[in-house]
This record gives sequence, structure tokens and C-alpha cells, in this order.
Amino acid sequence: MSSLEIKDLHASVNGIDILKGLTLSVPMGEVHAIMGPNGSGKSTLAKVMAGHQDYEVESGEVLLDGESLLGMEVDERAREGLFLAFQYPAEIPGVSNANFLRAARQARLPDGEEIDAVAFYQEMYEKMAQLGIDKKFTGRAVNEGFSGGEKKRNEVLQMMMLEPKYAVLDETDSGLDIDALKIVAQGVNAMRSGDRGFLVITHYQRLLEYIVPDHVHVLYEGRIIRSGPKELALELEEKGYDWLKEGELVKN
Amino acid sequence: MSKDSNSGNTIEIDREEANFHYDVNYKHDAGMGLSEDTLDYISNVKGEDQWIADFRKKALSVFHKKKMPTHWASEDLDSINFDEIRYYLSAGEAPKRSWDDVPDEMKETFERLGIPEKERSFLAGVEAQFDSEAAYSNVKDAVAEQGVIFVNSSEGLAEHADIFRKWFGKVIPTGDNKFSALNSAVFSGGSFIYVPPGVKVKHPLQAYFRINAEQFGQFERTLIIVDEGAELTYMEGCTAPKFETNTLHSAVVELVAMKDAKIQYITVQNWSANVFNLVTKRGLAHENAEVRWIDCNIGSRLTMKYPGVVMKGAGARGEVISIALANDGQHQDTGAKMIHAADNTTSNVVSKSISVGEGRSTYRGQVHIPKHLKGCKNNTECDALLINSKSRTDTYPAITVRGNKHSTQHEASVSQVSEEQIFYMKQRGLSEAEAMSLSVNGFVNDLVREFPMEYSVELKRLIDLEMEGSVG
Ligand SMILES: Nc1ncnc2c1ncn2[C@@H]1O[C@H](COP(=O)(O)OP(=O)(O)O)[C@@H](O)[C@H]1O
Ligand SMILES: [Mg+2]
Repeated sequence: MSSLEIKDLHASVNGIDILKGLTLSVPMGEVHAIMGPNGSGKSTLAKVMAGHQDYEVESGEVLLDGESLLGMEVDERAREGLFLAFQYPAEIPGVSNANFLRAARQARLPDGEEIDAVAFYQEMYEKMAQLGIDKKFTGRAVNEGFSGGEKKRNEVLQMMMLEPKYAVLDETDSGLDIDALKIVAQGVNAMRSGDRGFLVITHYQRLLEYIVPDHVHVLYEGRIIRSGPKELALELEEKGYDWLKEGELVKN
Repeated sequence: MSKDSNSGNTIEIDREEANFHYDVNYKHDAGMGLSEDTLDYISNVKGEDQWIADFRKKALSVFHKKKMPTHWASEDLDSINFDEIRYYLSAGEAPKRSWDDVPDEMKETFERLGIPEKERSFLAGVEAQFDSEAAYSNVKDAVAEQGVIFVNSSEGLAEHADIFRKWFGKVIPTGDNKFSALNSAVFSGGSFIYVPPGVKVKHPLQAYFRINAEQFGQFERTLIIVDEGAELTYMEGCTAPKFETNTLHSAVVELVAMKDAKIQYITVQNWSANVFNLVTKRGLAHENAEVRWIDCNIGSRLTMKYPGVVMKGAGARGEVISIALANDGQHQDTGAKMIHAADNTTSNVVSKSISVGEGRSTYRGQVHIPKHLKGCKNNTECDALLINSKSRTDTYPAITVRGNKHSTQHEASVSQVSEEQIFYMKQRGLSEAEAMSLSVNGFVNDLVREFPMEYSVELKRLIDLEMEGSVG
């Protein structure tokens, strides 16, 4: 029962079908990777799960530990424990990182309960240190004027602070140099545990050397066309996707 | 799950907090409609001198002569029916010096609004007006001993006639605009303050204007004189219950800062959505004096308010810092007037408006620097934030600078809180209202930082409430 489960999901945007019967299950405690060529629908999947208003779910289900997410508001899903590290994180002018994180943490507390500010700051500074983020960062507006790499680190920091049950990381490796990639991977690995699941979306095999997945899925034209062990990622790196596309044609 | 506040302050949030009223037996009621009889009634109740009665009557004729300014302002002004408003309502009691003596329903009103508590914690004095008259008025002994006078306008007229009369109507003449004329005809309540030379009042003096009655107009008149080298911070708050019918609030506020004096006037108003709020505010700054308006307009159906500073003495400074939040069905028509009338005078205008849903914000600025002066400076900055595409914002800056010995700077910006930003914040677990509050607070943050702490907390709380209301 404890899993992030996507069942035969069909979704469209502006009347164009993007996800065409996608089925996938990430049991709690596991790390699954989704790979796929550009435009195959990876980010669409992430946004549909999170509840983005532009995407229409035609049919199918998304269940978080057995509970359907699709009828819930975006923020409800988040508070249920779903976290999305965005491929392109939004910039929020005027809102400092510290205030933003604090508000997000406060939103998870029961009515009338106030966040412990001292403990919060202490925890934030510790986690920033783990990710090699400068202290001055707390006063800067969320993602505003951040480099690509800084934005991705910030996504991971937010994930570490919000401790979701399931985290979807959408191309968190893009824009990172190798050192930054290692730091970010360390952050993610430190969060791996028996009561958390990860869905790691990536374009390159490189990230999976540092965040070693339990399973790899290949997304192509809105469907999972292949699933396998972590070695599948290496195979993809070597042979490209064409080899699978043919397989997909055969299957149909 | 908590959907309430992310504010980090401990004040409980209740959107309806100011939306209540009490049935009061008014001893004095001028009745519906406006005529010379209405003015006589008010003068009678107050036992006013003849010159004031005459002043009122003259003002009424100016009011009748002046056209509604719908040729440049909102046509919504035509929805005000002056015959269906009561112009004077009071319990017929002098303002009390102790809350224990204030009639129950009035005392409860101000307790629910947290006034006595604020008074205890950080204010030097409070005047609490209930409809047309103050129910409570007190200034702390230490402040009174310095010679500071803080009373309502009637008491000011009666007890301090010489100084009152010297400045009354001098900063804002009756005929300044239609609503200053209306106020001059039917004014009641408001504060009269005098700060003697060199006295720096450490804590703010506060007035709270509460409208309780339906189909009513509140017309307080405030006159503040801060003598040479003295300093004062004054704060006003205002609320009213929400009625089906329209409520009118039309104040006139005149400030006089003598040589080297400093006045900071802070408004945090939170009118219900049926209030027409048409207010004239202006300060006169003598040599090296400073007048600073901090003006936060939240709520009301239509607010028209353009605080001004006339810099009459060399080296005088004027400042208007304003925040306006227009929610669905509201129009905030605000701005600033800076009149440079001496050399080396400096003015600064920073205006931030937020329009939500169908809310509408208008900025009107006027900066006047005549040719014969030198060394004058103005900085004007107006920023608008739109939350959702239906919002509307207009900017009408009028900067007339003659001559070339001056420096002026003008900046304007319009930004949007995009759906992607809201989505991002919601994905982190914030409700839509919390996400909007955070954006709005972020937008005004650099201004709010300059406010005294108590008011920045208050403002933040009001923004939270307003955002919660806007997403229903
Ligand atoms: N808002 C949108 N409007 C129109 N087309 C979109 C939109 N979002 C995604 N698409 C299309 O959906 C397909 C999948 O996009 P995306 O999920 O971003 O792919 P990936 O993340 O795998 O690169 C692409 O063809 C893309 O152009
Ligand atoms: Mg993508």
C-alpha cells in the first residue's frame, strides 16, 4: 500500500495528448529513475502529479499511499507529502528564502501551533552547510537572479527542509557541474530511507552514478516502454533511445 | 492542516474581526440629509461660537457649488446619495479619560479592536472616536506634563481657540475640493494636537475612527501643530462594519510643522467594502521641517486620497510612502501632492499598489517646482503589482518642474504575480491565500521595514486577512 502509484494515466495540455497510458509504481523506500528523450513527457508527468492547472487529466489515477491525489488542490498534495523539484524553478521576487521556507513549514503545522524559529534557523543552516550554500542566501529572494546551479541546490534544500514522503526530481542534474552534482547527490542520498520514495527524472545517465536507482524506466511518447534494473541506464547511454523505439514498435 | 497564518505573530486571525456593530441609543441625531438645519443642529449640540457656525454655512454653499469631480475621477462617486446619510450621531457625552467610564457598547467595540491593549503597550495617548464624537481620549501624564495637547476638535476649538483658529483651514482651504468643503460644513471629532517647541514625543499618539451606525457619514477634522524643533508620530486606524448601504468617510487632516519640526503621520485603514473614503490630507513644512505621510489603504469601495506636503520653508522635506491594496470590487485612487515653495526643498514619493481580482488601483501624483526656486529635489517611484489578469492599474504622474536648477527622478514599474509563481508556492504546501500574502508582503517589504514595528505587524496581518478573503 505504501507507494506512489500511477495507473494508466492519460493527460493532455491545450488539447494535445501528452501522457498516453502511463503506469508506474514507486514503493516507499525505493528510488526509481525515469529516462527519456526530450519531449517524451517527463516534466508533464511531474506537473500532472503535482496538480498544475494547465494539464488536463483525461483518465487514470495517481495514488499516494493508496489515496487519490487527483481530486486535491496543489497545496493539499504537497502537504500530503508530495514534493516536486522543478526543472525550471520559478523566481519569487521580494520573498526571502528564509521566509518562504518558514511559511512552507508553518503551513504543515496544526492550527494554532507556531513554528519554533530558533530550531528552524538552526536546522536550515545545517542543511545549507551540507549543500555548500552560503549563509547570505537566506536573505535573498527565492531563486531571483540565481544561476541554474543555485536554483537546483535550492530545490534540494527545500526538499531537505520539507521532508516529503515522495520526491520527484525533474532534471535536478541539469545546470550542475560535477562538484555540485556530487553535493546534490549526497543531499538526496542522505534522505534515502525506508519511509521515503524518489522518482528521479533525468536525461543523462551521469546523475545515476551518484544517485543509484533501484529501477530505471524509459518514457517515450507518453508511455513507459521499458523498465529494468539500474544497468538499463548504462545500456541507454551506450545505445541511445532508437534501439528501444524499435522495440516499442514491435510491441505494438 | 493549518491554513491560517504564516505570519509568525501571535495575533489571532479572523476575517470578520471588524465586521460587527452595536445598537446604540444616540442622544443626538441630526437625521437624514444635509441642509443648513443640519449644520445648526451640530453647532447647537456642540455649543459652538458663531464664527464656526458661519464657517460651516459658508462651506455648505461651497460644497453645493462644486461639481462632483467625475470628469477626472471615478463615476462611482455619483452613487453617493447625500440625502440618505446621517451627518451627526452621538451619545451626548464628553470623551472619557478612563475606559471604565466609557459606555459599555463603545468600550466593547474598542476592546474588540484591541485599542486599550495597544495603549497600554506602546502609545503615548489615544483618542477613540465612535461615529461623530470621541468616546475616549487620554494622553499619558508624562506627555501631558511636557505641555502636549491632545484633544478632539471641539475641545481644541473651545479650549485652545487662539492657536486652533490661527491654523484651521489654512493648510487645506474649504474650497480645496468638494469633499474638503463637505467636511468643513459638517466636521465633528478628529484630533487637535499641539506639541510645544523642542518637545520630542517619544511614543506615538493614536486616534482610532470607528463607524458603528448604518447610513452614516464620519467627518473628522484633525489639526496637528508641532512647534519649532519638536517631533511627533501620530497614527490613525479606521474600521466600519459592512452594511448593504453606503457609508461615507470624509476627513480633513491639516499638519503644521514649524521650523526644524518633524511630523510622521501613519494611517493603517481597513474599511469595509461599502465605504466611500474621500479624504484630504496636507502638511505645511516650514524651514528645515519634515512632514512624512505613511499611508496604508486597505479596503473601502472607493478611496480617493492624495496626501500632500507644501514645503514652505527653505530646506523643508516632504515624504509620502503609500501602500494601497485593491481587492475585488474596490478602487484605490491614491497618490501624492508635493508643492515645493522654497529653495533646497526635497520630496520623496514611494507608492506601491496591489490589485487583486477585479480590484483597481490608480496612482495620481503631482509634483510642482516653480521656476524661481533653486536646489529642489524630487524622487517619485510607483510600483504596481497585479495579481491575476482582470486587475487594472493606471498611473497619472504630473511633474511640473520649471527651471534647470533642480533634480527630479521618476520610476514606475508594473509586475504580475504569475500563475507559475503561485503554483510553485502551492507545491511547497502554501494555500493560495498564503502564497498571495507572501508575494504581496514581499512586494511591500522594503517600505514596511521603515514603519514602527507595531504597525508593520498590523499591516501584515491585514494583508493576510485580505488575501484570505480574496480567494474565498
Ligand atoms: N504548456 C504546454 N503547452 C503545449 N505543449 C506542451 C506544454 N507543456 C508541454 N508540452 C509539450 O508536451 C511534450 C512533452 O513535454 P515535456 O513533458 O516538457 O517533456 P520532457 O520533460 O520529457 O522533455 C512536448 O512536446 C511539449 O512541447
Ligand atoms: Mg522536462
